[in-house]
Amino acid sequence: MQTMIEVQGLTKVFTLHNQGAIKLPVFNGIDFVAKQGECTVLFGESGSGKSTLLRSLYANYLPTSGSIVVRHRGEMTALTGASSQTLLEIRRETIGYVSQFLRVIPRVATLDVVAQPLRERGVNVATAHAKAAELLEQLYIPERLWSLPPGTFSGGEQQRVNIARGFIVDYPILLLDEPTASLDQRNAAVVVDLIRQARNRGTAVVGIFHDAEVRDAVADQIFHVNPDRQEDSLFTDERVPA
Amino acid sequence: MNREPILQVDNLTKLYAAGKGCEAVSFDLYPGEVLGIVGESGSGKSTLLNCLSVRLAPDEGDIHYLTRADEWVNLYGLSESRQRHLQRTEWGIVHQHPRDGLRMGVSAGANIGERLMATGERHYGNLRQTAQSWMNDVELDIARIDDKPTTYSGGMQQRLQIARNLVTHPRLVFMDEPTGGLDVSVQARLLDLLRQLVTEMNLAVVIVTHDLAVARLLAQRLIVMRHGRVVETGLTDQVLDDPQHAYTQLLVSSVLTS
Repeated sequence: MQTMIEVQGLTKVFTLHNQGAIKLPVFNGIDFVAKQGECTVLFGESGSGKSTLLRSLYANYLPTSGSIVVRHRGEMTALTGASSQTLLEIRRETIGYVSQFLRVIPRVATLDVVAQPLRERGVNVATAHAKAAELLEQLYIPERLWSLPPGTFSGGEQQRVNIARGFIVDYPILLLDEPTASLDQRNAAVVVDLIRQARNRGTAVVGIFHDAEVRDAVADQIFHVNPDRQEDSLFTDERVPA
Repeated sequence: MNREPILQVDNLTKLYAAGKGCEAVSFDLYPGEVLGIVGESGSGKSTLLNCLSVRLAPDEGDIHYLTRADEWVNLYGLSESRQRHLQRTEWGIVHQHPRDGLRMGVSAGANIGERLMATGERHYGNLRQTAQSWMNDVELDIARIDDKPTTYSGGMQQRLQIARNLVTHPRLVFMDEPTGGLDVSVQARLLDLLRQLVTEMNLAVVIVTHDLAVARLLAQRLIVMRHGRVVETGLTDQVLDDPQHAYTQLLVSSVLTS
């Protein structure tokens, strides 16, 4: 299987300039590889830097040192040091990201929110709406809500809208930050299905899943972020390979 | 997104005094791209915007623009009439205060039609029809086409100003705090409208704002200015979520969340 993401020596230190330039090291010298058609689960206790790593893979956070290279248009392309133009192109075509929170323009209808990534790739309204409807249906969002903006929806509903939006494009790389965090079992099962389908299509999935059941259902590989930090807590968890 | 920029800004400087104005600003802008310029009042945002839109000659530096005819021109090397022609036919300028961008003495329809006439359209029926269609696009009541903008609310005036600017299908639009004085509910509507129009018309936009939420929703890329200098640039979400510079960190952490 082809390598889709290659991380080498990745280090992140937050410097808080307005708090006496205090430095908060998050992780140091991370190496890992994510392959086509595999789901890599980032594992570690809260505060270990899982989200920071995931956000770095989306170029949302800027690494302090080290490199992240992704396969974009068939070529291994560096995210670190890339121009904004290249990053935007990579995000449009290659990397999808489902965050924990939905951030949208207040007045936009749910169907349009979900269809937007397809529209940005030049897909026509009818096709984009049809695909969006299909996903919303799969995720049990009742049709009467589709024309409403998701701002007033419950946490779980917003989360599902967010998931639909993330899965509407078949990205070669998909990053998931706790996509099942506020979902009930029925909906979590749908997400597990969507992840498996994506993986079978050849998508490299990298995700954070707190729910052990979901994690076990999708993980091909578990990557321990900052294992030294948690010697006294989760290290004995038997689900984690040594 | 196209590989060739539409605007290239190189080492642009316009100083009124040390730290007042803008200094050594360089960036490229691409078709379909919205570039946000953020920073506190007095940081040089508006000076920069005025220099870019050839309303204020810089002390130093160059701005190159790729015209509709696919020709690179040095903006401050052009004759004044050529500059004005570009402003009228290829650009739009949306002012913070609609009355700076509208003609308050003539009807809404005339405000939209006037820019079209400048590009050669003379047929009254066509002008009126286009004006109506644009009023519709920016969600203004067509029945009010013959009313003067003075009778419009602030939000309606702002939408009219946007219609007036976009009717000639500009390639590059400059916006100075377009949602500045507006009610929050009107702001959301306007943001949605702008975002749609930018996508549909593949506009390149430079938007000055001090509202980071507006920047996040509209701009793909940000320039953070302080004391006339660019202190940080990058993808909007990266600059706002992981700011590197002390000033950007202060700016981001000072936002009130509701």
